[in-house]
Amino acid sequence: MTRFWKGFWALLIGVPILAFTVWGLQDNPRLFVVTLLNGLTLASLYFIVASGFTLVFGLMRNVNLAHGSLYLLGGYLGFFTAQFTGSWLLALAAGFAAAAVVGLAMQVSIFRFMPGQDLRQTLVTIGLSIVIADLLMWAIGAQVHQMSPPASLDGPLRGLPVIRVYSTYRLSLLPIGVAIGVALWLFLNRTRIGMMIRAGVDDRGMLAAAGVNVNLVFATTFAIGAGLAGFGGVIGAVELSMVPGEDTRLLLASLVVVIVGGMGSVVGAALGAAIFGLAETYGLAYAPTYSVVFTFVILVLVLAFRPRGILGRPA
Amino acid sequence: MESRKRTFVRALVAAVVLTAAGGAALAQAPPVKIGLLATLEGPFAAGGQDGIRGAELAVRQRNGVVAGRKIEIIKASSDAKPDVAVNATRKLVEQDKVDIMVGPLSGSEGIAVKEYSKTQPNITFINGSSGAQATTLVNPSPNFFRFNTDGGQWMMGLGKAALDKGYKRVMVIAEDYAFPYSQVQGFMAEYCRLGGKVPVKAWVPLGGKDYSSVIARVPKDVDALVVVLGGADAVNFLNQYEQAGGDKPLIGGSITVSQDILNYRGKRRESLVGTIAGAPIADAYDTPEWKAFVADYKKNFPDGYPSPSLFALVYYFNMKATLDGLEAVKGDLSDGQKKYREALTKLVLKTPVGDVRLDQNRQAIGTTFITEVVKDAQGNLYNKVLRKLDNVNQTLGLPPAEFKIGSRDEPNCP
Amino acid sequence: MSAANWRGAMNVQTPRPVAPGNPRAGAAHEPRARRFTNPIRPRHVVVLAFLLGYPWFATPFFTFQIAAQALALGLIALSLTFLGGSGGMISLAQMTVAGIAGYMVAIFGSAAADNPSLGWPWWLAVLLGIAIAVVAATFIGWLSVRTEGIYTIMITLAIGVAFYYLALQNYAVFNGFQGKQQVFPPTLAGIYWRDPTPFYYLALACALAGYLFVVHLLRTPFGIALQGIRDNPRRMHALGFNVTAHRVAAYAVAGVIAAVGGVLFTWYNGLVTPGSVGTGWLINILVIAVLGGMRHPVGAFLGAIVFVLLQNFAIDVIDRERFNLVIGVVFLSIVLFSRDGLLGWWAALSARMLTHTGGTPWRAASGRSYVR
Repeated sequence: MTRFWKGFWALLIGVPILAFTVWGLQDNPRLFVVTLLNGLTLASLYFIVASGFTLVFGLMRNVNLAHGSLYLLGGYLGFFTAQFTGSWLLALAAGFAAAAVVGLAMQVSIFRFMPGQDLRQTLVTIGLSIVIADLLMWAIGAQVHQMSPPASLDGPLRGLPVIRVYSTYRLSLLPIGVAIGVALWLFLNRTRIGMMIRAGVDDRGMLAAAGVNVNLVFATTFAIGAGLAGFGGVIGAVELSMVPGEDTRLLLASLVVVIVGGMGSVVGAALGAAIFGLAETYGLAYAPTYSVVFTFVILVLVLAFRPRGILGRPA
Repeated sequence: MESRKRTFVRALVAAVVLTAAGGAALAQAPPVKIGLLATLEGPFAAGGQDGIRGAELAVRQRNGVVAGRKIEIIKASSDAKPDVAVNATRKLVEQDKVDIMVGPLSGSEGIAVKEYSKTQPNITFINGSSGAQATTLVNPSPNFFRFNTDGGQWMMGLGKAALDKGYKRVMVIAEDYAFPYSQVQGFMAEYCRLGGKVPVKAWVPLGGKDYSSVIARVPKDVDALVVVLGGADAVNFLNQYEQAGGDKPLIGGSITVSQDILNYRGKRRESLVGTIAGAPIADAYDTPEWKAFVADYKKNFPDGYPSPSLFALVYYFNMKATLDGLEAVKGDLSDGQKKYREALTKLVLKTPVGDVRLDQNRQAIGTTFITEVVKDAQGNLYNKVLRKLDNVNQTLGLPPAEFKIGSRDEPNCP
Repeated sequence: MSAANWRGAMNVQTPRPVAPGNPRAGAAHEPRARRFTNPIRPRHVVVLAFLLGYPWFATPFFTFQIAAQALALGLIALSLTFLGGSGGMISLAQMTVAGIAGYMVAIFGSAAADNPSLGWPWWLAVLLGIAIAVVAATFIGWLSVRTEGIYTIMITLAIGVAFYYLALQNYAVFNGFQGKQQVFPPTLAGIYWRDPTPFYYLALACALAGYLFVVHLLRTPFGIALQGIRDNPRRMHALGFNVTAHRVAAYAVAGVIAAVGGVLFTWYNGLVTPGSVGTGWLINILVIAVLGGMRHPVGAFLGAIVFVLLQNFAIDVIDRERFNLVIGVVFLSIVLFSRDGLLGWWAALSARMLTHTGGTPWRAASGRSYVR
C-alpha cells in the first residue's frame, strides 16, 4: 500500500474516532471510560477464545466450528471443579485440560485421517459441535450455571478516578488477556515447538521433509487451541454464565474476530478482538438498537477492502 | 445387472409408498390427547421444566382420568422463539392429532400460537403461561383461551407500591419482546399516572449476555431499577450488577423473582433481598389452600424447587381449567368441540390463590400479589406477600377506550 | 516463494473426468454430442408419476408437513448444492437470502404485525421479494468471492448472523423478535393455495422448475465455465474467463433459487421471524445439502426428505428432546463414512453392483466428489 493510501485510510478511520472520543469525553466522561474498559475486557475474553481458533486454522487450515462447544465444555467442567474443590485456579486448569484432551482426541482420531480435506474437516466439526452441545445439555441440563469469582477478585473496586467504581473481576480480565497473549507469543517465537508451528504455517511440506513429526506438532497445536477455548470458557462462566447457546455465541465472536483481524495470525486475533469488543460495547452503550448492525458494517468494510483480514496472510 | 438395480429402486419406491399410506391410517383413540408445550431449551428452560411439573400436577390430582377417559399428555419443546413454538404446535395438532393444546410458555410464542389457532378451528387451544397483552387483546382467536392473567395484570398495584417506598424516579431494564412490554405497561400505567418518572428505558435483546453497557448507563439520580428480565438474563444481570458495585434497590418483574431465579446455581443472590415485585404468585401466602398446593407439589416432585415457581402455578391453572372443562361436558368433544368451549367460557376456575373467570376475549380475570423478597432461616429466598388484589382485569380497571397496550414506546413519562 | 505457492502455481492436481452434473448421461464411450441430451429413463417416469400422484394416497399431514416442506427446503438447499457442488463455494448464507425474500413478501404484502405491512398485491410482493433477495445474494457474493474455499464458509456464516441480528433488533421494518405472522399465499381461481394439496403442487412445480433449470444450466457454457472455475481458477483465468464475475453471477443465480424456496418456506410456516434465519437454520441447510450429496441437484431434495422425516419422526423413536443429537450423529456418520452423502453411498453401491456383474469400470469411477 502506498504511503498516500495509508494516510488516506488513517484519516478516514482516525478522524471520526477522534471526533467521537472528544464528544464522548465531554458529554459523559464516566460512561465513556467505563465503556472503554468494558470493551477492552470483553475483547480480552474474545481474544483468549479466538487465539485458539486462529492457531488451529493457521497451521492446519482446519476451521474448527466445534470451538464453541469446547468453550462450553471447559466452562462447565471448570464450574463443577470450582464447586467441588473451591479453587478457581484449579477450575481454570481443569477447563483447559478437559478441552485440550477432547481436542487432542478429535485431532488424533478423526482429523489425522483427513489430510488436506479442508471442507470435509469443517463439516465434521459442525457435526461434532451439534453432538457435543446436545450431550452437554443432556448431561448437565438447561439451567443457568453462574460461577463465582475467586474471593480475591470478588466485588467492586472502589475509589477509581473518573469512573469511581468497577467490577474487580472484569478488570482482571485485562491482565489475564495480556498474559495469555504474551505467553502465546513467547511460545510461538521462543520455543522449539513454536518454531516448528510457525514453520508449518509457512510450509507444511518442508516441515515434514525436514524430519519433524508433523502429526505430533499438529496434535500439540490442536490441543493448545482447544485448551485455550476451555480456558476462556472458565473465565466466561464467571462473567457471562454458562448456558446452552453460549457455544454458538462465542464461536461467532471468534469467527468475526478472526475474519477482521486476519486468519492464522495471533496478533491479528488481538487486533480483531479489540476492534470487535470495542465496537460492540460502544454500540450497546450509545446506540443500542443498532449496535450489531454497526459491528456488521465494520465487518463488511474490512471484507470489502482487505478480504483476508487486516493482518491476514494469503493461503 | 440393470434388472437388479431396477428391482432395488422399485422396492424403495414401494417402501416409501407404504410409509405414506401407513401415515394415513392414524385412528382416533378413546383417551383424550392433550398436547403440552413448554420451553425446554433456551433462556427459559428451567422455567419450562417447572411449567411441565405444574401441568402434570393437575393431571395427577385427577389420577390421570377425567370424565371416564384416560388423559394422554404429549409433550413438545420450544425455545422462546415464535416459529419454533408454531412448528412444535403444528406437529402436535396435525401429526399427533391432539384434541386440546396447552401452551406455550413465552409471550411472543403465545402471539404466534394464537395466530396458528385461527387455522385450526376444531381444536381448542389453552394457554400455558404466555403473558403478552396482545395475545387476547389484539385480534383474539375464538378458540384460544387464557386462564392466567397477563403480564400487565401481574404488575397491577406495583406502581403505587414503588411510590410508597419512595422511588420517585426509576430506570427500566427489560427484554425486548412482547411479554416485558406488557409488564412495563402494567407498572408504568399506574406509576406515571400517580406522578412517577421514568427517564430511561433500556430494552435489551432476549438472551443477551453482556449487561456492562446497560449498567454503565444507569443514571445517578434514579431511585430504583425496574428489572423485567427472566431466566438466564436475570441471573447474568444480577451478577454483573452486583460485581460492578451497583447498589440501587430493584423492582422486579414477575419472572425476575420467580423461584427458578431465586434458586439458581451460584451464590450471587443477596442483591435480590428487599426487591418488590408483582406476580400471580406469592411463595409465602399463608392460606390452607396454598399450603396444600405447595405440599402437593413437593410430594410429587422431590427434585423440584423448594416452592413451585410462577410457571408451575400458571401451567397448573391452565391444565386444571382444561380438565375441569372436560369434566363439565363429560368428556364430550364432538361437534367441533362447541360444547366444550362453551363450558370453558362459563367456567369459574378454583385455584389455590383465588377464583379465575374469563372476560369477553377469553382472557382471565384473576388475582395479583405485590411481594417482597426475603430470606428464611435456612437461607432460601422466597416472596413475602405485601398486598393481594382480586378481580384484576385485562384493562387494569381502566375503561377499554383509555387503555393503551404496552409497546417499546408506550407508555412514556420521562 | 514458498513451496506451497510454487505447487499452487504449477496446479499439480490430477485431472478428473469432467462429468457435468449428470452421471446418468448414457454409457461410457458415447460421443460428446450424445451426452448433452438427457434420455428419459424409466425411473424418471416412475418418480414423476409418484410425485404427481402423491396427494391421492398420502394424508394431508404427509402432503403438507412432510412433502411440501421437503420440497421447499430442498429448493433452498438446491441453491447451496449448485453453488457448492458446481461452483466450489460453500455459502452458509443461502438461508439468509431465502429469509430476506420471505421478509420482503411479508413487508410488501400483508401480514399481521404491530407495524403494518404495505399490503400490495401478492404477485408484486413476491416479485419484489425475489428481486431484493437476488440483490442481497449478489452483494453477499461480491463480499465473499475475493476469498477462497474454506474462508467462504466463515464469511458467509458471519454475514448470515449479522442479518439475523439486524432482523432481531430492527422494529421499524422487521418487527424484531416477534417477526411477521400470518404470511399466507393468496386465494386464486377459487383455490386457497395453502391448503395441503394445492400448496404441494405449487411447491412441486417450483421444485421441478428449479431442478430442471439447474440441470440445464450446468450444461450451458456458463455452467461448464463455472465447473472449470471450481476445478482450476488459475487455468480459467489464463484462458480469459472473468473468474470473479462468473462467481458473483453464480451467487446471483443461486440467490434466485433460494429466494423462490424462501417464499415457499415462509408461506409454509405462515410466518417469518429472526429465528427462521438464525444459525440453526443456516447450518441445517448445509446439513441437508451434504446429507443428500452435492454431486447432482437431486441430492438437495433427497437430503431435504431425510431431514424432514428425521425431524418429524425421530422424535417418536428417541426422546423428544434429543432430536439434535440424532441429527448430529446422522450428519456426522454421513460425512465421516461417505464421500458425498446419500448420493455418494448410492454411487458406491451401484459401483459394487456393477463390478459384481462385470459392468464398465468407467461408470464406476465417473462419480465426482466435492467433499475433497
